[in-house]
Order: sequence, then structure tokens, then C-alpha cells
Amino acid sequence: MSGTLAGWLQVLALVAALALSYRPLGDYIAHVLTAPRHLRAERLVHRLAGVDGDADQRWSAYLRGVLAFSAVSVLFLYGFLRLQNHLLLSLGRPPMPPAQSFNTAASFVTNTNWQSYSGEAALGHLVQMAGLAVQNFVSAAVGIAVVAALIRGFTRKETDRVGNFWVDLTRIVLRVLLPLAFVFAIVLAAGGVIQNFHGAESIPAVAGGHQSVTGGPVASQEVIKELGTNGGGFYNANSAHPFENPNAFTNWLEIYLLLVISAALPRTFGRMAGDHRQGYAIVAVMALIWAASVAVVTVTELHSVSSQAGHAAGGMTEGKERRFGIWASALFAASTTLTSTGAVDSAHDSYAPFGGGMTIFNMMLGEIAPGGTGSGLYGILILAVVAVFVAGLMVGRTPEYLGKKLRGREMKFASLYILTTPAVVLVGAGLAMALPGERAGMLNPGPHGFSEVLYAFTSAANNNGSAFAGLGVDTVWYNTALGLVMLFGRFLPMVFVLALAGSLAGQAPVPVTAGTLPTHRPQFVGLLTAVVLIVVGLTYFPALSLGPLAEGLQ
Amino acid sequence: MTRSLPTAVRTHLSALRILLVFTVVTGVLYPLAVTGVAQGAFPHEANGSRITRHGTVMGSSLIGQNFALPKAHPGDPGEPLRPDPAWFQPRPSAGGYDPLATGASNLGPNNPVLVRSVEARRAAVARFDGVAPRDVPADAVTASGSGLDPHISPGYAYEQVNRVAKTRGLRPATVHALVTAHVEDRVLGFLGERRVNVVQLNAALADHR
Repeated sequence: MSGTLAGWLQVLALVAALALSYRPLGDYIAHVLTAPRHLRAERLVHRLAGVDGDADQRWSAYLRGVLAFSAVSVLFLYGFLRLQNHLLLSLGRPPMPPAQSFNTAASFVTNTNWQSYSGEAALGHLVQMAGLAVQNFVSAAVGIAVVAALIRGFTRKETDRVGNFWVDLTRIVLRVLLPLAFVFAIVLAAGGVIQNFHGAESIPAVAGGHQSVTGGPVASQEVIKELGTNGGGFYNANSAHPFENPNAFTNWLEIYLLLVISAALPRTFGRMAGDHRQGYAIVAVMALIWAASVAVVTVTELHSVSSQAGHAAGGMTEGKERRFGIWASALFAASTTLTSTGAVDSAHDSYAPFGGGMTIFNMMLGEIAPGGTGSGLYGILILAVVAVFVAGLMVGRTPEYLGKKLRGREMKFASLYILTTPAVVLVGAGLAMALPGERAGMLNPGPHGFSEVLYAFTSAANNNGSAFAGLGVDTVWYNTALGLVMLFGRFLPMVFVLALAGSLAGQAPVPVTAGTLPTHRPQFVGLLTAVVLIVVGLTYFPALSLGPLAEGLQ
Repeated sequence: MTRSLPTAVRTHLSALRILLVFTVVTGVLYPLAVTGVAQGAFPHEANGSRITRHGTVMGSSLIGQNFALPKAHPGDPGEPLRPDPAWFQPRPSAGGYDPLATGASNLGPNNPVLVRSVEARRAAVARFDGVAPRDVPADAVTASGSGLDPHISPGYAYEQVNRVAKTRGLRPATVHALVTAHVEDRVLGFLGERRVNVVQLNAALADHR
């Protein structure tokens, strides 16, 4: 079979698998979020936590739950990292330094999984599985919970209640993430991902001498790292590491896992809104952007576009694993940056300028195609609100989406949401470039060095977590700055989303008239795609032209 | 009791309690259950796909190894490794095939350091294997993403046959056949790339006396 045909088949098989899971998974998540009865296990969790599972919360109470849970999580994880040397299975690793512990705690709680440490050198097994991997579950569940509240804002009428955070959190963890993670962890382990509690063992090598071979509960963490769009590798090499990703099948499965929940959530949205066509319109926009992005990264990598190193070597194999090759690596790179995953199976820093630039642009779009678990859907729904508003301005009508009016108050929350991330990214990257010590952290010279800094702040603010890993980020300044950027980039948007949810839920729906913009037609798909590219893309155009565009056009 | 506390304190206490519940469920019980099933059903895979030769473990088939000549000064970590002509050579590695320091070079696509090192590797491999520089494939001159890549392209494996055969005093056809037996097709025929596992190939080579 030719490489091109095999490459196409990998992509088509992925699309087919995602299409097949769209309905059952989306419907199931909708059922989980709306079922009136709690499971016995859930009632037990509510009792242990001391929460009332039957209460319905105002948006502000829902938000307080999100923030309290996340604050406690940051503190708990910080303590865990600082004290790991006193705990079981620490493998003799010292405590993580304070600034790095803050960075790592913020990183895993915000679903970012930016890593300024190297897993195999810095962490014991217990902190990985009972500290970091727990956040991989719950941070993903928090994202889905927040979008559930937003959907209820659209579907409920004249109420100030948007659901119960503790109930949503518990149900998503117990009924969605845990069963899926368990099944696919076994599949990954069968494929060769390790799952044990060994430390590094010195083993004789084939040519004589010895080699340290590492161990760890990797499969159980690998699966939720992808499924929850977290992305933090057990090892420094992340999904390029043969123990995390031993062959091309596990690689394909990991790409599927990191896309599957976010790609099915529009179905959940359509079902809860009582109109599946609304879900199809949203998922169509996601699919369009995803396909274009995969195409750009794949083509620039296959043809070594504007890369002297690629031409010298005869192919873009620097930083890529042989067992995956260019097609599968490009597919992974585009998918991981369009979700908030940030796992990598190849080194993005060594990608051709426009391919690497595309991965930055993917994150800048706000990770909405299909985005992080929950955060992707609320991100694109905010943009849908903006698209409806823009269309309303063009024809001079009060815009409405799913029967809810988009008045000044709603548009304020949507605008604040859209302005937050760029502000955080550009101020952060600007500061880093202005400070000589931080600028010196760049590994590569010229525009590519700037791309490394821009990538870092874009990745942190959008809670992606992947890196142009050449940048030396294990300094107090970068650990602190990027830690703060991750927290602002995660929780400020959530505040605006929940405020919007509360504002929408309080409205009485307006009837559909001849003047209502239909939001399920191809016309709206085109409009929303254009709004995504123009509103978000243009914000970053000056920064992109200093980095990847300058490098690619040199 | 908790009813008398202010709402903010109660919310944070609930948050801590539910976090502890999830820590036990998803952080302890879940990984233990996965470990139990994986160790029971797939012990070879769950323990790192180790290769055994004559009853001795010889590393993992998933983790690449160095096939270098013994160092002149074993105590000197700065001494560069020289490839051993008796073995098939793996790809360059940013971490020297040390599983405790995994990762890529992270050099940019136009970084002069990378361009120069690609050119230097091409010349070195061509000299070492006695082939024309243009016949050296891309994976022979570029470092992998993990620094532990156990695979090379079939092209790079065949390119090394004559040198390995000559050093070992074997017929080139014998070594060529050994490589052919180790060429792995794409998974399911279409996933990933065709490849040769250098660790397994060399382990088989060691048995060819």
C-alpha cells in the first residue's frame, strides 16, 4: 500500500470512528446530565461530601462550587507535590520546588497539563496517579459541568437555576469518564502501554552494558490524559514515549480518545435543546476547521515547506517517531492543539514553519474544533452567540439564539469571554519578550524563538499544555507567570459563561418568526466559521506574523 | 454541625471532601483495578515488553538502545559514543537512549545548528556504511521525538547490511535475509509506517554465529 493511501485511510478511519460514536455517546452524556434519579454510588458520594444532591443552584452558587473545588484542588496538589518525598512509591524523588509545584498544580487543575518538569526524573508513582491523574478526571468533568449549565441556560425558561455542580461533577466522573477510561486503559495495556509499579530497573543491553528501564502505572493515566483532553505525559517525551504510545494502533486510538467526548458533545447540546439539527450545525463547523487544519499541517510536513533542515535531511523526520511517520504525527499534532489536550507524539518545535504555526493558530482559535471536554463546546457556543449578534446587526433586528434574546447584558458576557484569552496571551508574551532574562530562555534563534514564547503563552492561556519545548520554562518567572496565565485563562471565561447561563435561563423564550435567523442551516455554518476565523484569527495576526509567518516567508 | 458554618466555608469543606472521595476512587482504586486486569491478562505488555535471550532479559523491544564501541575512558561522561560497526545502528537520539532523559532535540526547522548536524550526520553515516551521501535516508540523520525510538526505516536497515556483514564475516545475503525477516508492515496494513526494530534485529543478529 502506498504511503499516501495509508495516510488517507488513517484519517478516514478516524472520522468514521468519531461519526459512529457521535450519537450514542452524545445521547448518553445528555441522559447522564438530565436523568432525574441518582445512582446509589452517587448518593454515597453526596453524603460523604456533605452536599444536597437534590438542590438546584443559581449560576452564582454553581460558580462558587466550581471555584471552591478548583481552589481546594490547587492547594491539595501543591501540598502533594511539596511532600511527595514522604509518601509511598516516591522512588526517592525529592519534593518539587515551590514555584514549579504551583505551576504544576495550576496546570493540572485547569486541564492544561503544561509541564515544566520531566516526569521520569521528578515524580514518584503515587503523586502521578493519586495527584495528577485525579485532576485529569475531575478537571475534564468540571469543563463538561460548566457547559451543561450553559445549555440549561438556553433550554430553561424564567428560572434562576442552572443545575447542581456537585451532581454534575459526580455523574460525569462516575458514569462517563471512569467506565470509558477503564475499558480503554485495558485496550492500551494490551497494546503495550505499561501498567506496573516498578521503579527504574537496570537491565542488561543487547550489545553489553546496562540500560535503566522505567516503570509506572502508565496505561491508567495515559487513557484519561487523552479522554479528558488533559495531555500531561507520564514521561517527558509524552505520547512519543514508547511506553505511553508503543505502536501506530495505540497512537490512532489516542487521537480518537482525545477527540471523542468533545466531538460528541454537540449531540448532547442538540438533544438537550430538543433539536438535533443545532448539534449538527455546531459539529459541522468543528469538522470543517479540523479538516482544514489537519490538511495544512500534513501538507507542510510532507513537503518540508520552508524548512532547510527538512530539505537537508530529505524529510521532516526530526522529532518524529518512525513507527508513526509523518501522516499520523501531523494528525496527532493538529488534533491535540484543536482540543485542549496538548499531548504530543512528536516535537512541534521541529515542525515546518507553517505546520508549527498552524498548531499555534489552532490553540488561538480558542480550542473549539472540537476543543477541550466541555470547554470546546462552551467556547464555540459563545462564538455562535457572537455570530448571531453580527447577523442581527446586519439586518437590524434583536438577535436571538435558540429562542433567547441576545441583549446588551448577554453580549457583554460573550465579549468579555472573547477578550480575556487574547489579553492574557499577548500581555504575557509581550512581558516575556521585554525581559532580557526570559527572552534568553529561547532555544532557537530568530522568529522561531519568538514562536516558542508565543506558543508557551497561547498554550497556557488556552489550557492546552503542549509546547515548542525548546523554551527553557523551568524558572521561577516562567513557572509563576504561566501558572497565573493558566488560572486566568481557565476561570475568567468560566465566570462569563456561567453568568451568561444565568442571564439566559431567566428569559422567557421568544417565538420563532419569519425574521428569526435559522441556526441549523449551512448558511449559519458558514457564518459561524467566518466569525471564528475573523474575530479570533485577526486578533492574533500581528503576533503570528512576527513568528511563524516571518519564518515561513524568509 | 456544618450547618452553623458560613456558606463559603461549607462550600470549601464540601469541595475538599468530594476531592478526597475522587482521589480514592480515581486515584487509587481505578489504577489498582487496571493494574490487576493488565497484570493478569497481559503481563508481558504491562511489564514493558521485555526481550529475553537464553533466559536473560535484554531490555525492552519498545525502547531503543545504543550499539556503541566500549568507551576508551569509561569514567568520562563527556566522551562521545562511537558506533560499533558490528551492529545495526539506531537513529540519532537527543538523550543518548537514556530512558531517564527522554525527549526530542526541539531544534527549529531552520535552526542552523540542526541543518549543520543533519549534514554532518549524513557525511558520517555515508562514510561509516560505505554508501553515497544521497543514499542515506532521512531517519538516519534526524533524532526521534522520544529519544528512545527503537525503529528505523527498512531503507536504513538495508543500507547497513554490507557494513554489518563485513564486520561480522557473514555473507551479505544472510544479513539481508535477516533484515527482510524483521521488516514490519504498517499496523493493520494502513496505520503508521513500515519499520525495522533495531533492538530485535540486533538480538537476532547476536544469535547468528
